[in-house]
Amino acid sequence: MSLVYAGTCCHSPGITSRGELADPEIRQQLLKAFDRQRQAIEDADTQAIVMVSSEHFANFFMDNMPTYAIGMADEYEGPIEDPEWLKIPRTRIPANPGLSLRIIKQVLQSVDVSYAQEWKFDHGMVVPLHFLTPDYKIPIIPVNINCQNPPFSPLSRTWELGKALRKAIDIAPERIALIGTGGTSHWPCTPDSGKINESWDNEMINHLINKRKEPLLAYTDEAIYQQAGPGGYEVRTSICIAAATEEQTGEIWFFAPIPIFATTCCITTLYQIE
Amino acid sequence: MSLYYVQKLLYKLNRDPTLKQRFDSDQNTVLDEYSLSEEEISALKKPDIGLLYVLGVNGQLLMHYATMNGYSWPEYIQAMRDGVEHFGPVRKGLYAMIDGKGAT
Repeated sequence: MSLVYAGTCCHSPGITSRGELADPEIRQQLLKAFDRQRQAIEDADTQAIVMVSSEHFANFFMDNMPTYAIGMADEYEGPIEDPEWLKIPRTRIPANPGLSLRIIKQVLQSVDVSYAQEWKFDHGMVVPLHFLTPDYKIPIIPVNINCQNPPFSPLSRTWELGKALRKAIDIAPERIALIGTGGTSHWPCTPDSGKINESWDNEMINHLINKRKEPLLAYTDEAIYQQAGPGGYEVRTSICIAAATEEQTGEIWFFAPIPIFATTCCITTLYQIE
Repeated sequence: MSLYYVQKLLYKLNRDPTLKQRFDSDQNTVLDEYSLSEEEISALKKPDIGLLYVLGVNGQLLMHYATMNGYSWPEYIQAMRDGVEHFGPVRKGLYAMIDGKGAT
């Protein structure tokens, strides 16, 4: 059937692990936006979610770091983190290895990707899934972009990954949602954890919803590090979704810097079926 | 310097409960299995979270080791700040890219 919904959302582990420390009203608005995105995915009769994230050394390390990887397992599990710390119970997460295979084969026509038949989800996947498919009924196709340790893929290649994913999704008979997680400024696990560059985030998100390819691809790793922190490298996940949905202007459903969550929490819709 | 192996040990400790058990019961034997400098071994054994940060360990790996050793989140953040204050800028790895401070 092809793409039925696309968007981005935040994946900070703080949203669940220390949610009670945030301003209750702001957190409530965030959860409401997550629920709106969940409803949009459900209303589109979504049969699978392709989730593009950047994991944090849960499965991939510098002994064999894939620039891009797509899951092809029979099932997944998560979170890999302590469930009591993340406050999300560890569970099995449904997959669709046949759909994974078809997507991987199509993406490989233009972009080199690795595949993984074993994958433990970390907060980058599990926090969004906790809100977007809380009963874990929808099969997940995980896509990882290395944003943790350089060298990273050029942003132009990430754009091509998004295009390739869209082509693969449009060929598939299933109704598929595409979600990118992470991407705003943050300095995770460093002495500057909690620092946020709201103006960088605001500019980037506006480029994102307006699918402004040129300024999105003009970011350099050096500038991202200086202005958006090492967490800013995750902008690749957002750029990937923008590339996949270039024909529609998106909408911001939530945008607020939340220091206790160490980032600007943001939820966008980048594509809706007409 | 063998930052790669320090990080590999921490990566495996996060994922492999058997290795974690061995590390808890016979730390020296596990450390001998990795190509580490004396400074790195000392920092891992103490543990000196601030020095490990300055040596270049990625925070996404280091935070788990800090938690494993009983650090609360504020204590972990403070340990890295103290490390930079005491040992100077980050020497290698991701955070040495610009100014070695990890940010700002």
